[in-house]
Amino acid sequence: MSAKGYTLTERDLVPLSIGAAFLGTGGGGNPYLGMLRTREVLRKGGNARILPLDALPDEAWIGAVGGIGAPVVGFEKLAEGGECYRAMRAIEDATGKKMSALIPVEIGGANAMAPIIAAAMAGLPVIDGDGMGRAFPEGQMTTFSIYGGRKEGPSALADDKGNVVVVQHTVDAVWRERLMRNITVSMGAGAGAAGSPMSMEFVRRAAIPSTITQAIDIGQTVLDARAKRQNVVERVVEATGGTLFFAGKITDIQRELTGGFSRGHAVIAGVDQWMGSEGRIAIQNENLVLWIDGTAVVTVPDLIINVELDTGEPLTTEVLPYGQRIAVIGLPAHELLKTPEALKVVGPKAFGYPELSFSPLAFTHEAAA
Amino acid sequence: MIRIGIDVGGTNTDAVAMDTSGVIAGIKASTTQDVMTGVVNALRSILDASGLKPDAIDAVMIGTTHFTNAVVQRRDLAATAAVRLCLPATASLPPMVDWPDDLKAAIGNNAWLAHGGNEFDGRPISLLDEEELRGIAGEIASRGIRTIAITSVFSPVSAELEQRAAAIFEEAIPGVHITLSSEIGRIGLLERENAAIMNACLRELSTHVIDAFRKAIAETGIKGRFYLTQNDGTLMDAAFAEKFPVLTFASGPTNSMRGAAFLSGVKEAIVVDIGGTTSDVGSLHKGFPRQATTAVEIGGVRTNFRMPDVFSIGLGGGSHVVESEAGVQVGPTSVGYRLVKDALIFGGSTLTTSDVVVASGSADLGDRSRVTHLSPAFVGKVREKMQEMLEGCVERSRLSDAPLPVIVVGGGSILVDGPIGDLEVIKPNHYAVANAVGAAIAQVSGEIDRVYVLSQMTRDHALDDAKAQAVDAAIAAGADRETIEIVDVEDVPLAYLPGNATRIRIKAVGELHVG
Repeated sequence: MSAKGYTLTERDLVPLSIGAAFLGTGGGGNPYLGMLRTREVLRKGGNARILPLDALPDEAWIGAVGGIGAPVVGFEKLAEGGECYRAMRAIEDATGKKMSALIPVEIGGANAMAPIIAAAMAGLPVIDGDGMGRAFPEGQMTTFSIYGGRKEGPSALADDKGNVVVVQHTVDAVWRERLMRNITVSMGAGAGAAGSPMSMEFVRRAAIPSTITQAIDIGQTVLDARAKRQNVVERVVEATGGTLFFAGKITDIQRELTGGFSRGHAVIAGVDQWMGSEGRIAIQNENLVLWIDGTAVVTVPDLIINVELDTGEPLTTEVLPYGQRIAVIGLPAHELLKTPEALKVVGPKAFGYPELSFSPLAFTHEAAA
Repeated sequence: MIRIGIDVGGTNTDAVAMDTSGVIAGIKASTTQDVMTGVVNALRSILDASGLKPDAIDAVMIGTTHFTNAVVQRRDLAATAAVRLCLPATASLPPMVDWPDDLKAAIGNNAWLAHGGNEFDGRPISLLDEEELRGIAGEIASRGIRTIAITSVFSPVSAELEQRAAAIFEEAIPGVHITLSSEIGRIGLLERENAAIMNACLRELSTHVIDAFRKAIAETGIKGRFYLTQNDGTLMDAAFAEKFPVLTFASGPTNSMRGAAFLSGVKEAIVVDIGGTTSDVGSLHKGFPRQATTAVEIGGVRTNFRMPDVFSIGLGGGSHVVESEAGVQVGPTSVGYRLVKDALIFGGSTLTTSDVVVASGSADLGDRSRVTHLSPAFVGKVREKMQEMLEGCVERSRLSDAPLPVIVVGGGSILVDGPIGDLEVIKPNHYAVANAVGAAIAQVSGEIDRVYVLSQMTRDHALDDAKAQAVDAAIAAGADRETIEIVDVEDVPLAYLPGNATRIRIKAVGELHVG
């Protein structure tokens, strides 16, 4: 194995879970349970080695795995534990290709930990990067899918009972997502999913780099600022190169369910320098658009992150309550999410905002970029 | 209606007598090792102070930190069995996986995973295996365990499997105490299971403590009904409280904030409850405490109870005051209940915040001549430090720049003199016993939390159905129908599920019905 990279320790797990929730932009599910599961795996002797994108040769096969299902179900029907591992093995069997490493599909939220757990079970390393650099609601919204062309190889789903389904071929990513969701619902709305092996050469081009390390760094910044009783929001904004766009109190929160997604919006009454202004966030599992006094100031795919104003704790859209004091932070998405082909899939128009054109945020200082 | 509210704290047992027009009298007594003696003393003093006859009392409401403290201090906890109906799901995270090791050790770390549980839509994960459960019952019995917490996946949607498992255990181990997670918590398996296990490990203690309360009340000749207050500021009757001691958790801060609202007549405010060792700060909205939104930890264990969002700092009437090169240090250590012996003004040799306040002349307590040696400059520095600590925590609880008043209550209220920052301070009458007042005015609630499938009915229909069920639950708990209000509606669509499933939680609250 390469000398590059590092071994994940128990100490990294809380920072990773905070950073993953931060990058989840309100969606992706709460990483707390994933943190506990990873801790159990490490305590039982599992090894989690994190490798940079340049560690493995071009021809190595890399597997993207993650949990799929309804987040609320995930809090109640916890995982059996081997779901992603079994899905990954099923894909190896179906394709005849042995994985050299795994990679997260989605660093934002609960799915940051899924490949770490499966890799520890399989004795494989994990590539430091992911297919979103954040969270998105659907499987085709990954750089792996966007830059992988229309050739959709087999995908596998494994449930908690031992059922494994390989979806051999779909005509495009949307069909794959549709079939996988339906199978997942039959499985009890929670399953492990694995995509076809990708070559390391492709992953190097298509993955959002270093996002596991980025998440750990964000979490460590939050914990360090809290321990030193510093302003957590300021510290995180500075460390990430993001921008504090708004601070206020939630005065209205509406949620509705359409097409299987939790959609809605939150209205925020400004405090401090935003006193008298009104913020509004559109939500579809994740935060999609931030308006201030009617003007859209941040749009997907850039990251819109709600954190608790005092503690800097990232808040998922499911727990956003009336009266909560929040800071809204904007963070530029990675360049791979801003190309014309990516914006077709993850731009504001793809999420049903034809009137909005994507105008990218800039990093507030160069060090962060 | 005449009621007595009692707050049994770690140091003091406070009592108030109230009628419909307000507080008749309030007293403070010491908490005793055996709890019962302290409650008897408090009841006798309050009857004395109010001039009421025992038979005039319609109801006694007790708020107690006894069960919270038992968990926090890891004492009087029974060896407990945790049984989860789930397999093969959930095996990745066994019961008590996120508990501190010492608490897990205190109750024996006895856990079993068994077949059973439901999917979100009610299908079985696997069928209940009665043979397997009888085997587990045998192991529980052989370890001498007398209390069991049963948690089934999705039991808030369907409690049937927990009930069937309970019947098997009750038959196999006669007299065993059973706690069902579906009776305590909401969706969120680990947090609900945690609450159920904590409840189970308190079941023997609760029998003992509730019996002590009952005897104390009987001994003073009071024949009125007897209730305990819950974390949401509402009441449960004694028999219910004995089964669900965990529901008393965090009732203390709720009671003091509700009491502060009642005594001051102010419903939008920040409340600072200053005790001997800490100050608890929270905010009131419409007379109710603002609830915490993140998971609340008790004794290091995550739960999903609704609890007031309270921030504590180590500043109280007994906080140590130390001057060093680094400047003046106030708290977080404290003489606590030994204030009346150890503080300078009471003849002791430890410098406390109360001494400094007396030296500054803003309070009259103990023997002032014993603190005349403190220089005005030093006294000024200490008061400035205390003011800074109070301003910091009040600012944290402030929801907006609107100039809300600060209501100061609790035995340590003498620490506050004048405004905190730019905020007006209210010290209502009977501020020292606000906790007991909060217990006395507690209401009765009913709650419903379930998943509705909206392809079978409209959302409005589902909400109406849930509201009706919550109101019925409140009436069953003793609320007066005329006074019932819906205080909390939460409607969360379940993402990625077919049929537009939505989870509705509703709470109805009303005044205690006195017939």
